[in-house]
Amino acid sequence: MIRLENVTKVYPDGTVAVRRVSFEVLKGELCVLLGPSGCGKTTTMKMINRLIAMTDGSIYIDGSDNSTMDETELRRNIGYAIQDVGLFPHMTVGENIETVPALKGWTKAEQRKRAEELLELLRMRPHEYIEKYPRELSGGERQRVGVARALGGDPPVLLMDEPFGAIDPITRLELQNEFLKIQQEIKKTIILVTHDIYEAIKMGDKIALMKEGQLVQYAPPADLLFRPKDSFVAGFVGADRGLKGLQLIRTREVMWKSPPTAHPDEKTEAARKRMKQYGIDRLAVIEPDGKFRGWASASDAQGAGRVKEITKISSVAAGKNAVLSEALSLMLTSGSDVLAVVDQHNRLEGVVTFETIQETMREAVQGGASQ
Amino acid sequence: MRHQVILFALLTLLLGATLWVTSLGKVGIYSTFTYSDLLHSAWAHFKMVFIAVVIATAISVPLGVLVARPVFSPLVLPVIGGANIGQTIPSLAVIAVMAPLLGFGLQSAIVALVIYGLLPILRNAYTSIKSIDPAVIEAAQGMGLTGIQIARRIELPLARPVIMAGIRVSTVITVGTAELAVLVGGEGLGKITLTGVFAREPLIILQGAAPTAAMAIALGLVLELAERRMTPRGLRIEPESF
Repeated sequence: MIRLENVTKVYPDGTVAVRRVSFEVLKGELCVLLGPSGCGKTTTMKMINRLIAMTDGSIYIDGSDNSTMDETELRRNIGYAIQDVGLFPHMTVGENIETVPALKGWTKAEQRKRAEELLELLRMRPHEYIEKYPRELSGGERQRVGVARALGGDPPVLLMDEPFGAIDPITRLELQNEFLKIQQEIKKTIILVTHDIYEAIKMGDKIALMKEGQLVQYAPPADLLFRPKDSFVAGFVGADRGLKGLQLIRTREVMWKSPPTAHPDEKTEAARKRMKQYGIDRLAVIEPDGKFRGWASASDAQGAGRVKEITKISSVAAGKNAVLSEALSLMLTSGSDVLAVVDQHNRLEGVVTFETIQETMREAVQGGASQ
Repeated sequence: MRHQVILFALLTLLLGATLWVTSLGKVGIYSTFTYSDLLHSAWAHFKMVFIAVVIATAISVPLGVLVARPVFSPLVLPVIGGANIGQTIPSLAVIAVMAPLLGFGLQSAIVALVIYGLLPILRNAYTSIKSIDPAVIEAAQGMGLTGIQIARRIELPLARPVIMAGIRVSTVITVGTAELAVLVGGEGLGKITLTGVFAREPLIILQGAAPTAAMAIALGLVLELAERRMTPRGLRIEPESF
């Protein structure tokens, strides 16, 4: 979808900002341009929509050379979101989002509908926000509107320059998670610039790590962490790559699918036998409709009676798309070494244990070291 | 809103003083100017100010906006600096120099007033463009707005209130400076004031000075209202702090 070939930028004073960078981003992929400040990542991104003219090389978007395309036409088909957002302060949220649709000549009704859809997508109630002005919004809300505006003209390609940069860490996490969900729906081809390794690992399908204007390694996050190409990459991803790797793996990939469970009305004796049979000391208790209710432990299941009498009701559970770092933090805060994985209706999908997480990380790091 | 109440009170007081002196008909051995003299002079004064401010605006706004472009950044110092120096020369001197250069008459007065009125408009026009958040312009470019679209839809609405403020300040200053126009053959309320000065009759000085001050205040208020009207709604909202 986006292909860079030997892209080079030399400024008139002789500074080489970007040197012979080549990589390709497939349709629907999110590619992160990562690197320390001044490494040329933003320059590289801006050459894609020609906000910066390249000195040498070529960029192809959907097969056509971007230098032959009409500049405004090119930009109207590439969403653009930046760290400082740059919302138009004299226009309402709605008018901001409708900018590109209006330029593309959509009817007023179509523009408004699009703005409402996008606000909905970014979890902002349209009737509440559409007539507001940027100054009435919080930092996080402005970032959302910035992203909505970038998506306004329904462009197939999106360029994002530290779009979650200028907000507090908690809002940033929230926005990142939401954006990942949104991306699963809209499947845009995205290039995202960041200097934050955690954001890169979390968001990227692929990461292009740059240094001093050159592309050092272009690979999926796991490869970057566990198979760094050289000492610069290893140094940049950091010594705690095992921990960072926890962000890469999702609970559904390592959970014990359809584990043995117990029903509330079951006799405790039957539950105890099942635990013994599987060699475990705890069973997830689920309601007849499959909803997760809590845990029954072997030590409580000695006497007679029903499972529901010994069930420790728990609402702590991870989603199946949660990453292992989130699962681990849930375990640590709830003081349990086993965690239920549930779907959006709180139905049990599987369980993750502390040992599973340890095991997974050990394999990942060793796998990387042996290469 | 508070300062407007005070200005309105002052305006009423000044107009009252003018009417009172005019109604006296005679002070000491001198006749006061008549109502029609007063109206005639006030109108001439206003016309002079109006023409001077329109010309100053026509020169300063395009110049200020142009100089604010990165391409013309080397011109910032000569243009803004030059206008700054112009402002430091006493208005009396600027006006006095015009007479030998352009002869006695309205033209000399207006040229002097234009030169003197340029700076506030020029400076505000320059600042109005410079103070626009660069991210706003970058976002607009990135979304595929052309240069003309950015100027018309983004820069102009954002710059307008600041430019208007410059015009207001310049107008108020020019109303005062125009008092001196009579020295180089111009018309206006300065004629009355100056007569009072020559006659050493404070009440006649007041008859010229009070309506001048009233005009400055009235025009200031009107232009402030216009400025508010021209400020886009989204900019009138105080930013919330989070």
